Amino acid sequence: MSLTRQDVEKVALLARLQLTDDELATMTDQLAQIVDYVDQLAEVDTDGVEPMAHAVEVANVFAADEVRPSLPREAALANGPRTNGRGYLVPAVLGD
Amino acid sequence: MSNAYTTVIGLEVHVQLATHSKLFCRCSTQFGAEPNTQTCPVCIGMPGTLPVMNRQAYQLALRTAVALNCDIPEFTKWDRKQYYYPDLPKGYQISQYDLPMSDDGFLEIADAKDRFEPKRVRIIRAHLEEDAGKSIHDEAAGKADSEIDLNRTGTPLLEIVSQPDMRSAAEARAYLEEMKLLLTYIGVSDCNMQEGSLRCDANVNLHLDHEGESIATPIVEIKNLNSFRAVERAIEYEAARQYKEWQENSEPPKARQKYLARPKQTRGWDDAAGVTRAQREKEESSDYRYFPDPDLAPVITKGDEVQAVREALPELPAALRERLGEDYGLGTYDADVLVNQGRALVDYYLAVADGSGDPKAACNWVTQDVLRVLKDQESTIDQFGVSAENLAGLVKAIDDGQLPSSRAREAFEVMLADGSAVDAAITKLGIEQVDESALEDLCRELLAANPKIVADVQDGKQQAVGALIGQAKKKNPNADPALVRQICLKLIGEGV
Ligand SMILES: [Zn+2]
Repeated sequence: MSLTRQDVEKVALLARLQLTDDELATMTDQLAQIVDYVDQLAEVDTDGVEPMAHAVEVANVFAADEVRPSLPREAALANGPRTNGRGYLVPAVLGD
Repeated sequence: MSNAYTTVIGLEVHVQLATHSKLFCRCSTQFGAEPNTQTCPVCIGMPGTLPVMNRQAYQLALRTAVALNCDIPEFTKWDRKQYYYPDLPKGYQISQYDLPMSDDGFLEIADAKDRFEPKRVRIIRAHLEEDAGKSIHDEAAGKADSEIDLNRTGTPLLEIVSQPDMRSAAEARAYLEEMKLLLTYIGVSDCNMQEGSLRCDANVNLHLDHEGESIATPIVEIKNLNSFRAVERAIEYEAARQYKEWQENSEPPKARQKYLARPKQTRGWDDAAGVTRAQREKEESSDYRYFPDPDLAPVITKGDEVQAVREALPELPAALRERLGEDYGLGTYDADVLVNQGRALVDYYLAVADGSGDPKAACNWVTQDVLRVLKDQESTIDQFGVSAENLAGLVKAIDDGQLPSSRAREAFEVMLADGSAVDAAITKLGIEQVDESALEDLCRELLAANPKIVADVQDGKQQAVGALIGQAKKKNPNADPALVRQICLKLIGEGV
């Protein structure tokens, strides 16, 4: 399987990345190499092997339902590009 | 027109689980806090943070899934659902994709008013996921920006997806009401629709017959349903709209094929206007590129744990209705009224019924007088002025003839006002049995003083005797009106 330019355009759109034509060409080439490399795994015979859902062999990691202090609002908002001191400001969200 | 098509409805319910802290961090889930005061690096998606599953959230989800008769697979995991939206700070929602924590359940619905046959609505799956934040846009003020509040981000939600098994707006509403009741009985959510702890989307389409061919119109998902009433209205509106749309597109065959091949559409319910409107499709919104969340460990739930959860479930609404019918002789309607009021009221009823030995009278008192007072006082049964023991005493006193039923309501009011038992109320009201000879003397006295009434009755106007009942009550409040009437008519008949 090899990646097409259209595949990369679609993934870029989904990831909200704007790529120039040159970047798109480079990305298509590089991503195709990565995918082809990983594709080698397809040669391994996996009959009778349980699909792996997780990389580490742990399960049932829980925390108790106890409230702990949250961030002060100023700290939480500090990284927002635009705020009004109460909330993050973003371009209008309409019709939903 | 009602038999021109069948309306096919599936519902997606999102219920907020009643935990103190969020699903993957320990921020509070308390509703109504100042915007952005309940967030931390985990729930606002800062790099390098690690989510850890809230044990209680998983337990509440498990309890719900078991109560909904779902299968609980031994292995479950969480996945990232990727999309961009301003209220989703991580750029993905942690949800469950191919291995949900439960599947293949059902919920039974019935209608006390018999508008539809009882039925079993199948549940495809119920899975545990995190909520998104809220965006506030003040359209009226014409502001250019929306404000984002991330307090709700990461609150645990159980998404419950039904099969398209419902066939009318009434069935959809019954499903939601029974779901809400069940969730409340098992104590997993407060189900407050105003605060968004119970939300619902409806998938609606029509099945109809076109020249011998079975047709299914394209499915429409209705969003923005903020009340059960809105769900009902939106479904009714949407079915009629789709039928009209089908009629406009059913011919020629080319137009029909195009119409029927249309992908699923999302429409928003406008409650004020009473219509659904097409929503702008999110670009590529169906491509969520799910993959397993590498930061979260899977959960393994053994059969014996599921069994323990099943055994610990409280009596569910359906079983309780059945018990009220079988053991207490209540009709479907009465049982429904009691059970729908919640477990505390049912317990009150059971105590009154058991204490008085008269389940039917107990039911009348609870469903009429008690509920009326609770409604007037806008209070709940745990704050009610008459204890179950005292109401049982009142029912018993009536049955024993100690309290004439004509004065029972007065006694009830006294007991309600000062919390007394029935004996004290009877004393306070001066209620005593009036023996029949005393009553007869009273009636003779009244007849002698009212010759006109006697003459009227003799002329065949029996209702004239009514005027004497009021006078009798004035002279002796304990006089039983029915008895006064009966004695007066008898005496007049005897020519006294
Ligand atoms: Zn947090």
